[in-house]
Amino acid sequence: MASGEVKLIGSWASVFVMRARIALHLKFISYEFLQETYGSKSELLLKSNPVHKKMPVLIHSDKPVCESNIIVQYIDDVWNSSGPSILPSHPYDRAIARFWAAYIDDKWFISLRSILTAQGEEETKAFIAQVEERTELLEKAFIDCSKGKLFFNGDHIGYLDIALGSFLGWLRVVELDANHKFLDETKTPSLTKWAERFCNDPAVKPIMPEITKLAEFARKLFPKPQG
Amino acid sequence: MANEVILLDFWPSMFGMRTRIALREKGVEFEYREEDLRNKSPLLLQMNPVHKKIPVLIHNGKSVNESIIQVQYIDEVWSHKNPLLPSDPYLKAQARFWADFIDKKMYDAQRKVWATKGEEQEAGKKEFIEILKTLETELGDKPYFAGDDFGYVDIALIGYYTWFPAYEKYGNFSIESECPKLIAWAKKCLERETVAKSLPDPEKVIGFVSELRKRFGLE
Repeated sequence: MASGEVKLIGSWASVFVMRARIALHLKFISYEFLQETYGSKSELLLKSNPVHKKMPVLIHSDKPVCESNIIVQYIDDVWNSSGPSILPSHPYDRAIARFWAAYIDDKWFISLRSILTAQGEEETKAFIAQVEERTELLEKAFIDCSKGKLFFNGDHIGYLDIALGSFLGWLRVVELDANHKFLDETKTPSLTKWAERFCNDPAVKPIMPEITKLAEFARKLFPKPQG
Repeated sequence: MANEVILLDFWPSMFGMRTRIALREKGVEFEYREEDLRNKSPLLLQMNPVHKKIPVLIHNGKSVNESIIQVQYIDEVWSHKNPLLPSDPYLKAQARFWADFIDKKMYDAQRKVWATKGEEQEAGKKEFIEILKTLETELGDKPYFAGDDFGYVDIALIGYYTWFPAYEKYGNFSIESECPKLIAWAKKCLERETVAKSLPDPEKVIGFVSELRKRFGLE
C-alpha cells in the first residue's frame, strides 16, 4: 500500500498545495510535483478532480485524492510507520485539531482574503478588525493545544500546524499590503514564536515561498483598482 | 470511567441528525437536550463559544463541536463496533471527500429552494438538483455510498431527506422524478432503526419551514 508512484498536482504559491507537500516531506515521501500554469487547468487536473477542478490533487498509484486536509490525513494513514504522526493520537485532541483547522479555512482565511479584495478604506478596516479578532482566538487555541510544547501538535509539526502554517507566506503578504501586523510579540506572543519555528522546520523551509515573489503574484491575482 | 454523553441539539437540524445516528450506530446511551435557538442555554454558549451552534456533543464534560467532526470522534472513541469509516486509507479519503462535498454544497443550495422566490429560487432549485445528481452518480448501484455497509457519507446526507418534502412543496418540483436512485437509497437508510429513531417526521419539518417562511415574509 505504501509503495507506488506519488504525484502532486499543484503550484508553488498555493497554501493548500503546501499542506500536501509538508505532509509528504514529514513522511520522507518522494513525489513528482506537477505544477499547473497560472490561468489554465491541465487535462490531468480536470480528469483527477472533476468535481471541484482544483489543486492540490495527490495521485498515488494512479488514484486521485482531493482536498488538502483530506490529502494530509490520507498521507498520515498510508505512511503511518514513517516519520512522526501528523494527527494527534487521542480522539479528543484530533477533534480539537479538526475543529480549528475547519475554523481556519471557513472563517480566518475568508477574512484574511477579504482584505485583499476589499473596496475602500472602511471595508479594509472592518476586515482587518475581523482578522485581529480571529487571530486572537487562534493564539488561545495554540496555548490550549500545545500544552506548553513547541507546536499545536506537541513536539512535532502536525495537522493543525500545517493547516495554519501553510498560510504564513500569504499572511505576510497581506500584512505588507494592509500595513498592519497580525502576528506580533505583544498581541500574539505564542503564535509569533511558533510561526518562526514552523517556517524553520526542515519539512517547511525548502518550500515556503519567497515573500517578494508571492507579493508580486498577489498583485497579479488581486489587482488594485486604479485611482 | 462511566461515559456521560449529552447532545445539545435542535430537532429539525440535519446536522444534529448526523450525531444522533452515529451515537445510536455505536449503541451509546446519551441524553438528548433540545435547545431553543432563540434563547440559547448557558451550557451551549459555554461549550461552543466560537460558533454558538448546535449540535454540541459533551462527552464526560468535554465538548466536541461540528457534526462531521463529532461523527469521526464517535467512530474513533467507540471503535469496537460498527465502523462508520472504511479502514482502507483510499476509501476513507473518498468518504471524507464526499462528506466534505455535502458540507460545502448542500446547505446553501437547499436554503435557496425554500427561503427565496422568483429567479433566485429557480437558480437555487437547478443548483440543488445538480448537487443531488452528482451524489446519485457517486452512489451508482451500490446499496450505500461506501458499498455494502452503511456509514459516514450516508450519515452526512440522510438528514436532508427529511427536508425533501418541504423543498418539493415550496420549490414546486419533484425530487424523486429527478433522482429516483437517491430516493431509493434514502428509503433503505430509513429501514435502519438508528436512522428512523434519529430523524423527525417530514410533515413536522414542513410545518417548521412554513413558520420560518412566515418570519421571512414569504407567506
